[in-house]
Amino acid sequence: MNKTSLLVKKENRWFETTIEFVIKSVASLSIILIFLIFLFVFRESFSLFQSKNSTVSTQVYSAPKVYNPESGTLKVKEALKKESSKTSITVWDTFFDSVWQPVGDNPKYGVLPLLIGTLKVTLIALLIGAPLGILAAICTSFFISAKWRNIIKPAIELLASMPSVVIGFFCLIIIASLTKDLFGLDLRLNALVGGIGLAIAIIPIIFTITDDALQTVPKTLREASLALGATEWQTAFKVMLPAATPGVFSAVLLGFGRAFGETMIALMATGNAALISMNPAGSVRTLAATIGAEMGEVIWGSDHYGILFLLGSILFLISFGINIVLEFYIKTRLLQKIQGKVG
Amino acid sequence: MDATNITSPIQQNKKLIGFFAVASTIFAVVVVLGLLLTMLGNFVIEGVPGLSWDFITQAPRNNNQEGGIFPAIYGTTLLVLTMTMLGVPIGTITAIYLNEYANPNSFFSRLILFAVNSLAGVPSIVFGLFGVGFFIQFFGAGLDSLFNPSKVIWGQPAIIWASATLAVLTLPVVIISVNEALRSVPVSLREASLALGATKFQTIWKIVLPNSLTGILTGSILAIGRGAGEVAPIIFVGAVYSMPGLPNKLNDQFMHLGYHLFVLSTQSPNVEKTIPIQFATTLVLLLLTFVLSLTAIIIRSRLTKQLQG
Repeated sequence: MNKTSLLVKKENRWFETTIEFVIKSVASLSIILIFLIFLFVFRESFSLFQSKNSTVSTQVYSAPKVYNPESGTLKVKEALKKESSKTSITVWDTFFDSVWQPVGDNPKYGVLPLLIGTLKVTLIALLIGAPLGILAAICTSFFISAKWRNIIKPAIELLASMPSVVIGFFCLIIIASLTKDLFGLDLRLNALVGGIGLAIAIIPIIFTITDDALQTVPKTLREASLALGATEWQTAFKVMLPAATPGVFSAVLLGFGRAFGETMIALMATGNAALISMNPAGSVRTLAATIGAEMGEVIWGSDHYGILFLLGSILFLISFGINIVLEFYIKTRLLQKIQGKVG
Repeated sequence: MDATNITSPIQQNKKLIGFFAVASTIFAVVVVLGLLLTMLGNFVIEGVPGLSWDFITQAPRNNNQEGGIFPAIYGTTLLVLTMTMLGVPIGTITAIYLNEYANPNSFFSRLILFAVNSLAGVPSIVFGLFGVGFFIQFFGAGLDSLFNPSKVIWGQPAIIWASATLAVLTLPVVIISVNEALRSVPVSLREASLALGATKFQTIWKIVLPNSLTGILTGSILAIGRGAGEVAPIIFVGAVYSMPGLPNKLNDQFMHLGYHLFVLSTQSPNVEKTIPIQFATTLVLLLLTFVLSLTAIIIRSRLTKQLQG
């Protein structure tokens, strides 16, 4: 294609090279942005790694008081009392503790309950969402007519465009009461309600990617299986699904990433108590919800502020790690599986 | 199929398994669609009574417990429009590079695609932190210290920073859908243009772009639909619970439909009383995002049908 430019007048060629350079520079912005995101989110937690004498910014950003729907009480904005950066204990002493209590005279920044809480809700979401998403994809791929497929697929995709705050609201008002009555739970808002909400958010993702994966499996496999006398369901479950395993795996992994980092649903539906327990009906506080809830009332530049950015860096690194696994492991495996072993 | 006529117990068993396998997949579809319909039905039934002309055009009264949500609608609209102006050009140019200039197997273009995929996977709350760390604390505060060291004008939460944050968040959406649209422009059109002596950029500007306008539109609509519904990234980058008047400068704060719903349903002192307002707000937010997404889905399916002939 570049050969055509030989015919072009000289000034035009100069113009073309400039334009191409500009376009290339703008295109590289995505790469730069990924770096900047990590750099600047991590940078704000730098103060944690430095000596304690750094001056704390006095800028206070006011946000609405946190209302606790369980007890009906307003939490006093304790963050506005002076953050105890003068105490001799550094944040690292409490970092791996089991208590997250960032406000007060003796703040504790134990990340463990947040991490366990996040994993618990994510697991519940995957246990509900992954089977539903995968089975629904199998159904629309093999067991129903094209007419129905053309209705159901866009409908599930429409679910993907549902804002997470709306899903959170739905959980808060409807699902919470429903599960409470159904299972006789003590708390309205708990890990189960949050997990159901996150499942609603990840079902469309898992469905769409599984469906894509099933579509890319060569049609010849299906025909061969049917020709050998296998029934439709045997073909779908024993031939097509195994052939699409890498795709299904990446669907579940992306669903995991979405549920792990989802803020609004977790913030509105899980109850937000930082407890360590294995009880699915207990209240949990996730990493993302902690940032969402506390960032508004924190003193900019304080230890607490730094810790919240550190949590953000952790979330970033996990999502980035998932993407690296997808890029370098699954995509190559998928190709091998379709082109090499099977095809 | 004829083999099944001789029914041994084992084959009957297999038939049963097959029935349950198929039934389970249909059950999954019914559950998912049921969820969608329950949600929509609930929002429509509970939300419609709260909708009125006053609700859409009036400002909230009495600490957001009465009145309308006009400032939130206005703020959301302004936010996504600014976001579109910032994000769509960048996304379109990136897609043009990937599709028209780059060698798809080159390291650089694969790196860009990897970055785009990574951006799409970053949790939305992290974008909010990025907005605080980069746009407000670094960029805004930097502008302040350069031009007016004594005052805080740009180094604070504002609608421009929220728009910029959302533009970064929706960048992958734009890039991926514009890329699809560019790919759907037949190669023969490009070849004809080049053969007639047009330069590469002339071809892109006069042939490729006009032919992929619908795709760019779809990308913008999808980005707006996504951006309008995101609350987590803007909570601390400029959204406020209530404010006097409307935002009229780029460094003003703003009210937002999603944030309004969040505060009303979880943080207001009288949650029960405002439930009708909450449902009506949900309905307005859903109308905004759903109508946009639905338009994009319809345009897209028309586009693919055109392609398939």
